[in-house]
Amino acid sequence: MSILVIAEHDNSSLKQATLNVVATAKAIGGDIDVLVAGENCGAVAEAAAKAEGVNKVLVADNAAYGHFLAENLGELVAEVGKGYSHILAAAGTTGKDFMPRVAALLDVAQVSDIMRVESEDTFVRPIYAGNAIATVKANDAIKVITVRPTAFDPVAAEGGSASVEQLDVVKDAGLSSFVNEELAKSDRPDLGSAGIVVSGGRGMQNGDNFKMLEQVADLLGAAVGASRAAVDAGFVPNDMQVGQTGKIVAPQLYIAVGISGAIQHLAGMSDSKVIVAINKDEEAPIFQVADYGLVADLFEAVPQLEEELKKVL
Amino acid sequence: MKVLVAVKRVIDYNVKVRVKPDNTGVDLANVKMAMNPFCEIAVEEAVRLKEKGVASEIVVVSIGPKAAQEQIRTALALGADRGIHIETDEEVQSLEAAKLLKSVVEKEEPKLVILGKQSIDSDNNQTGQMLAALTGMGQGTFASEVVVEGEKVNVTREIDGGLVTVALNLPAVVTTDLRLNEPRYASLPNIMKAKKKPLESMSPADLGVDIANRLSTLKVEAPASRQAGVKVADVAELVDKLKNEAKVI
Ligand SMILES: Cc1cc2nc3c(=O)[nH]c(=O)nc-3n(C[C@H](O)[C@H](O)[C@H](O)COP(=O)(O)OP(=O)(O)OC[C@H]3O[C@@H](n4cnc5c(N)ncnc54)[C@H](O)[C@@H]3O)c2cc1C
Repeated sequence: MSILVIAEHDNSSLKQATLNVVATAKAIGGDIDVLVAGENCGAVAEAAAKAEGVNKVLVADNAAYGHFLAENLGELVAEVGKGYSHILAAAGTTGKDFMPRVAALLDVAQVSDIMRVESEDTFVRPIYAGNAIATVKANDAIKVITVRPTAFDPVAAEGGSASVEQLDVVKDAGLSSFVNEELAKSDRPDLGSAGIVVSGGRGMQNGDNFKMLEQVADLLGAAVGASRAAVDAGFVPNDMQVGQTGKIVAPQLYIAVGISGAIQHLAGMSDSKVIVAINKDEEAPIFQVADYGLVADLFEAVPQLEEELKKVL
Repeated sequence: MKVLVAVKRVIDYNVKVRVKPDNTGVDLANVKMAMNPFCEIAVEEAVRLKEKGVASEIVVVSIGPKAAQEQIRTALALGADRGIHIETDEEVQSLEAAKLLKSVVEKEEPKLVILGKQSIDSDNNQTGQMLAALTGMGQGTFASEVVVEGEKVNVTREIDGGLVTVALNLPAVVTTDLRLNEPRYASLPNIMKAKKKPLESMSPADLGVDIANRLSTLKVEAPASRQAGVKVADVAELVDKLKNEAKVI
């Protein structure tokens, strides 16, 4: 078997999720090549070559891939990937965007968001917002798969010495072009891979109050997340949404503040190791999954939490 | 311009799903069904485009059992002009759904196809992208803003790092995210009017599409359930437990 992993990156650094996906490839078994498609992405290719277990890094460096347009990536990956038994990418917004195009162009099914490998053709994935877990067998010759990164421990970032090969394949479908982007700037850890996440919900009442959570997060070295209600209300930007249709997180510690615990929210965080809930309603469903529940008004509890943490950290 | 909207009948998002005791799937008997929430957003967007004078006709299509006509009627009540029902009792997976929709696109030749980004049952997030690839169209997935300008559509997309805007040649495929709009409710007079709007029915065979599944579901299980833990009396106890019992800080 030969597995092609599509690297996730921003043209300058390799995203950790790629290391999780390489780990998934190892669980399937076989030679693992990594495709880095981007523009001026040489540093990413070098980083990928050092990842544990990678055999070869293929680099498609062209302006057509600079903004990860799905139309161009789809054609590239379908062409490069047709010689492989498996094509894998992280189930982030980039992978979710182009991978179904790859599957369609190859006329094969895609298995989305897998959380376990049972065998080379059988995978486990959540359905119904994680309220059911399906074991599915892919019957096509090429398996196109997106992976839930938090479900696989990453391979080591260092120690490998894969060869790096430049590809001369330029696919510009001419269907789409990049206009602009507004990327969140934050010095905090990435939400998807942070060890601790502090999230706020509708109970926070406004965006300014999120500063309270940011202060706690900074003491803990944590990322800040949110419920859909907090994002819809405009308290915080969309990239902070945790849940079925937002980001999936599985930190060591998840602190939910003023979040009721709707199933769609739980779908994004219930694999966290330890869950803390702070909510003034003792009947809130979040308490059914919380290891430690504090029934309290968050406007009192969060400042106290900051003070107590300062004492012990 | 003509807009095609695809909608799916799924379990209502408020229903707590239960896995069947024989592990063959989830129990859908006597469960409330509804239009997939992302598809409601797709219908709403099409209706707003029509209200702005950008769209001239909205065609709504659904693939599924006879009862999926309820969701088509809902879309018609919300403002779609006519419906197409591709009737089947079989499970239709994303690739086959995309192929069925492709044949509708070939017949209807819409300028814009709007779908939900994912259905809340299979959570696949595939069909729109597959349809775009099969028809050679560009795609704006996870859309939070759609602006049609001449022969292009600008789509602002919700991505992991924030927002990105892409320009797509028309015809194009858009898949909706939560922040695109807030769907309206259908009024009673519009529900009555919708009953008279045209609804055409056909089978996958009529469209010449093989819908045999490529993925077999071997089993469906309930997730490992988390046990509720303890309630702490105050913040000091919480911090003490996190530090000394759970050892996570
Ligand atoms: C298709 C679809 C997809 C969805 N996807 C997601 C998703 O990805 N992620 C997501 O989060 N949701 C998602 N949702 C929404 C979800 O159903 C809930 O509506 C949402 O999670 C509720 O957010 P919340 O808990 O912040 O708000 P609420 O449910 O309103 O809860 C607010 C909580 O704050 C508490 N509170 C209020 N004031 C205080 C105070 N002063 N002190 C302490 N506690 C206080 C209240 O007791 C309450 O429990 C989705 C819904 C749909 C239909």
